[in-house]
Amino acid sequence: MAVTGPRPGFTAPVLACQQTFRSLLTAIAHPGRVMAVGTPLDPPLPLGLASAAILLTLADMETPIWLGGAGEEAAQFLQFHSGAPIAKERAQAVFAFVARASDLPPLVHFNAGSDASPERSATLIIEVDGLVAGQGRRLAGPGIEGETRLDVAGLDGGFWDAWRRNGARFPMGVDVIFTAGDRLAALPRTTIERS
Amino acid sequence: MTDESDTAGENGYNFAYLDEQTKRMIRRAILKAVAVPGYQVPFGSREMPLPYGWGTGGIQVTAALIGPDDVLKVIDQGADDTTNAVSIRRFFERTAAIATTTRTVEATIIQTRHRIPETPLAPGQILVYQVPQPEPLRRLVASEVETRTMHALEEYGVMHVRLYEDIARHGRIATAYDYPVKVNGRYVMAPSPIPKFDNPKMDRNPALQLFGAGREKRIYAVPPHTSVKSLDFDDHPFEIERWNESCALCGATETFLDEVLTDDAGGRLFVCSDSDYCHERRVVEDD
Amino acid sequence: MYVAVKGGERAILNSHKLLDEERRGDPRVPTLGLNQIEQQLGRAVDRVMTEGALYDRHLAALAIKQAQGDLVEAIFLLRAYRTTLPRFGYGVAIDTAAMAIRRRISATFKDLPGGQVLGATFDYTHRLLDFSLAGEHDSPPAAAVGPAPLDAAMPRVVDLLNLEGLIEEERPDPAKDRVSDLTREPLGFPAPRDMRLQNLARGDEGFLLGLGYSTQRGYGRNHPFAGEIRVGEVAVAFVPEELGFAIEIGEVTLTECQMINQFKGSKSHPPQFTRGYGLAFGHSERKTMAMALVDRALRGQELGEDGEAPAQDAEFVLYHSDNVEASGFVQHLKLPHYVDFQSELVMVRAMRAAQGEAAADD
Repeated sequence: MAVTGPRPGFTAPVLACQQTFRSLLTAIAHPGRVMAVGTPLDPPLPLGLASAAILLTLADMETPIWLGGAGEEAAQFLQFHSGAPIAKERAQAVFAFVARASDLPPLVHFNAGSDASPERSATLIIEVDGLVAGQGRRLAGPGIEGETRLDVAGLDGGFWDAWRRNGARFPMGVDVIFTAGDRLAALPRTTIERS
Repeated sequence: MTDESDTAGENGYNFAYLDEQTKRMIRRAILKAVAVPGYQVPFGSREMPLPYGWGTGGIQVTAALIGPDDVLKVIDQGADDTTNAVSIRRFFERTAAIATTTRTVEATIIQTRHRIPETPLAPGQILVYQVPQPEPLRRLVASEVETRTMHALEEYGVMHVRLYEDIARHGRIATAYDYPVKVNGRYVMAPSPIPKFDNPKMDRNPALQLFGAGREKRIYAVPPHTSVKSLDFDDHPFEIERWNESCALCGATETFLDEVLTDDAGGRLFVCSDSDYCHERRVVEDD
Repeated sequence: MYVAVKGGERAILNSHKLLDEERRGDPRVPTLGLNQIEQQLGRAVDRVMTEGALYDRHLAALAIKQAQGDLVEAIFLLRAYRTTLPRFGYGVAIDTAAMAIRRRISATFKDLPGGQVLGATFDYTHRLLDFSLAGEHDSPPAAAVGPAPLDAAMPRVVDLLNLEGLIEEERPDPAKDRVSDLTREPLGFPAPRDMRLQNLARGDEGFLLGLGYSTQRGYGRNHPFAGEIRVGEVAVAFVPEELGFAIEIGEVTLTECQMINQFKGSKSHPPQFTRGYGLAFGHSERKTMAMALVDRALRGQELGEDGEAPAQDAEFVLYHSDNVEASGFVQHLKLPHYVDFQSELVMVRAMRAAQGEAAADD
């Protein structure tokens, strides 16, 4: 097989980044809402369309990415198109991509920011098996009118306990974006899971 | 690597003026601002072709948000036709070739200075505030190092003391605009110099509220449906302005009114500060 | 009936046409060429480049012309242009010891290796208006060329002092892998010295001059000597990633000032001379001297000095030094504020009414 460069990124990056960002902003402003990324992109596995689009939209040389369960091709793809360095340590990551939700490292391994600078915390992008709104876990908090529900398929049972502990550190804490193919849903650190 | 030619704006500038690297940095700041409601996220504010203090923070936030499907409304003092609102609207027409409107209900993004529209905002709309001084504690404490620590420790006693001193001296809290609020029960936040009349509109608003302070290099946010409480005391609850007069143009009695001097003998009349709201009411009447 | 008198787009466009007319002035007078500004208003060009943070004489001249000679406005124009330029990377640190000297003076040593080089200076001119310049004719006689070329080696005075260990050493901070950049990240506190120096280099000359002067008058006194001021050309080099070694990409004219300040010592530092540093594009002696005084004043804390003078307060100095920020915010008061003012009117009337009622009750 001939040696080839990384797969292409966005064909119209200015628009694609703007649209992806707005989907993401809607998702984080409305935790639990499932959004679709509409822009075409064919990233190497295990990056999904949504997770790759998010990273190409937000990451650059100032934001190290930690990759969990993603191989060399995914790393090269991200480095080539975003210029972002690949973080060796979880704690250094501004963004972390986790290819399989069941392999998610403890949330406390990632940078949670500080009380004085909570914005310096990591954003975790976790590829899951499926996202369905309107059923599953009950969520409340800023961005949610009353209560909403989100079903995250493939998530380890311990996640929600860890999530509760993450919320208890507020204003510190990581933020999470679940991705499944072209779908995404967000859990900012303020979102409370009511079980 | 990144071809940025797909949607070029005027004279070779990028779409919506800002380069993509700057937009990325601002977008990251906006997302963290939404995740920590009311907290001021520092960002690498750029020099804009408009002066600091004239809306550069709001413009940078809008530029990082806006796309070809958006409809932008820009108001200053509630009106679409004030000079700086005209100038900012024209800036985005030139650099992003987007559609603009004066109608609150048609807009997807509303950039504002000093007012929240009278027409209730709808889910999905984004209100972008231009902020001159993002730090609500700055009037009390000049040092950024100190105010940052106060926010980190949720140490807001000094603010309550200041408000209480007002009550002791004047019988009321003598702050009429930029009246401090507490967001989601945690951060004390400057609502920007909106009249306190508008403060209640921030509470549990279905729209996303974003705040940009260009000169002070801060971005902060209130997500939809989020609690925003004006600081007060049980025995001195928060109150908004009321007028005995009504709008001379549309007759509204529940809006924020601008006072207009009509002669040099004390003659004055009052008109809605929200020009679109006033106009809509008159159109309905005429029908 | 009342008609809202508010500025429309047409009014703005017309205002800008008027502005253009005013800029041009009497059309019978020839328009200013940018080369005239570059050549004959060089000090203005230097200031605009320094505070505009962009080394481009031609664009600075254009900005000065467009701004009708309002230098703060010209600085703003240049900054707003600069911010749109793509960033290729960071240059290699310049070496001012290797400067091609035009002027070099030291107030601390009568003579020194390389000697004193007076060069072109306003110093020792008698400030008498030269009425001969008012005419068209302006061809001054050439200055005499010295008997010998300048010494090739022109070591910096502070480096000479360093041989004796009498002045603090300055070494790059090994913990820092890259230099701070205020144009990418906002000012944070405590601000490291590289960030402070960047802020001061971009800072308003008048503001720094006043602050520097205040340190001399006792507000944070730090006993300065002008160790050396040098003006000349310095090479700029850059390491392209694909090459991996530095290549020279041009040269810039710079003014550098190293102030030497007496220091009695503290718990953490022995008695020795300390430094204040100033650097600016072009020939900008006043700016670099003021900058060096303020730089030294801002180092009080790290040297264990106590002091609460304005020039020693990093937040105060660094947050208020930038004239683009300051000019914008001061002038924003021209924008309509009638909503806030109306809120205040309602408040003051209510308070007066309450006071009146209380008085009536008494």
